[in-house]
Amino acid sequence: MTTLLNVKDLRAYYGQVQALHGLTFSLNEGSLTTLLGANGAGKTTTLRAICNMVRSTGGIEFDGKPLNNRSTESIVRYGIAHVPQGRGTFTTMTVEENLQLGAITRKDNAGIVSDIERMYAHFPVLKQRHTQQAGTLSGGEQQMLAVARALMLRPRLMLLDEPSFGLAPLVVRDLFGILGKINREDKVSILVVEQNAQLALELADQAYVIETGRIVMSGNAKDIANNEEIRKSYLGY
Amino acid sequence: MELFTNQVLAGIATGAIYACMALAVVMIYQAIDHLNFAQGEMAMFSTFISWQLMQWGVPYWGAFAITLALSFIGGIAIERILFKPLAKAPVLTNVAGFIALFAIINSSAGLIWDFTIKQYPTPFGSSPFLGSQLISTHQAGMIGVTVLLLLGLYFFFQYTRIGLAMRAAASVPESARLVGINTSWMIALGWGMATAIGAIAGMLIAPVVFLEPNMMGGVLIYGFAAAVLGGLTSPFGAVVGGFLVGIFENLAGTYIPGVGNELKLPIALALIISVLVVKPAGLFGRHIVKRV
Repeated sequence: MTTLLNVKDLRAYYGQVQALHGLTFSLNEGSLTTLLGANGAGKTTTLRAICNMVRSTGGIEFDGKPLNNRSTESIVRYGIAHVPQGRGTFTTMTVEENLQLGAITRKDNAGIVSDIERMYAHFPVLKQRHTQQAGTLSGGEQQMLAVARALMLRPRLMLLDEPSFGLAPLVVRDLFGILGKINREDKVSILVVEQNAQLALELADQAYVIETGRIVMSGNAKDIANNEEIRKSYLGY
Repeated sequence: MELFTNQVLAGIATGAIYACMALAVVMIYQAIDHLNFAQGEMAMFSTFISWQLMQWGVPYWGAFAITLALSFIGGIAIERILFKPLAKAPVLTNVAGFIALFAIINSSAGLIWDFTIKQYPTPFGSSPFLGSQLISTHQAGMIGVTVLLLLGLYFFFQYTRIGLAMRAAASVPESARLVGINTSWMIALGWGMATAIGAIAGMLIAPVVFLEPNMMGGVLIYGFAAAVLGGLTSPFGAVVGGFLVGIFENLAGTYIPGVGNELKLPIALALIISVLVVKPAGLFGRHIVKRV
């Protein structure tokens, strides 16, 4: 199994405040890895640092190539799709335009058209609403749209920031089912940040636990889920 | 009745120019959240360039095209050199930047071409349009060119990838970067296009107001008024606002006793203030809710 993403001694800063204190972790090609941790642990910052949206030092390698000091928009071109916290929907544009924007760096028009149809097959509700302004969608629908928009890049790695946030439990189940399917069938590696540890551990194969900007635990998702001590002290369930 | 029709048509013709200026202002406002006070001076400078080209013997439409290209490049250059470094600066720093730009362009134009009033040609002539006394061929030309421009812009923003990318960059910059759009260049492109649109407005209005460094002062105030009336967040609103302001200005000047040519401007602005009291976001604008 080859390493797709390799993060080494990552430190990130908001102004003078240091948010990450030397994070080291890696993600295998084809895996679905989750980063767990409480509020303020540094999960979102980690994803933002990978896409160079926050000042950071340390090594970030994607498929053997260093990502440091590359602009956010050029990192996308390596095949890294980031679904930000809050979903980042283009609310004033239609659902279909949102999908087209996901593929804005691609040049293969025929492929884009067929991928939009593929997304509508994954998420039938988006097809029903394809001419609607994206801002009028419900939270769950917007999260589906955000995932679909990211997939339009045909990414090798998808970064998901709290996809379950603000969604009804049933919708979350649905969404996670689709994520698992995308991971298996479309061979997209996924790094998902979650507060809903129980659900994320069910879905993931690898897991890391972050606390105040450091990795405190790592391993097979099943082992972590089965270890009562870890669950109680870090994951709170 | 003929007077009324005549005034409405004349209002549409000048309104077309206000619509162009309003659109230029809105494009830059959408991109960087600031009002470009120098938009009129930039248009005036472009108009002088076209005049200079014609003085050198370039035919009208050749000068028109070259001026558009130069204005586009000039707009991008202004953004890259002056406003990109100010992107994260406080509002007042940007305002100072715009005022400086205004003063620099205004005095440079005076220095190069002096402040005397110059005749500016019209390619449409000024005979009655289709034999009707209601509207002149130049006024019809102003309307026609503006309509073509607006249609072109509509198709550009609605149906091209780069137009889509520009809209995305203006509406949610962070998400735009995350799908791979170079938002910084989209802003520069917006400046280039806004400057070229302003140049069209300047070249169309110059035969009416005559060419001189302060020719766009009044026009820009109407353009601002149109943008605010239609809603600064809505390009469509800005265009509608432009036509409304043009028509209202003319009708007020004709029909309200004691207004005449001198008081047209305050009356038009008073109308706008009354609209804003009722609809603060403008006729077509969205209310912007910001978290504090």
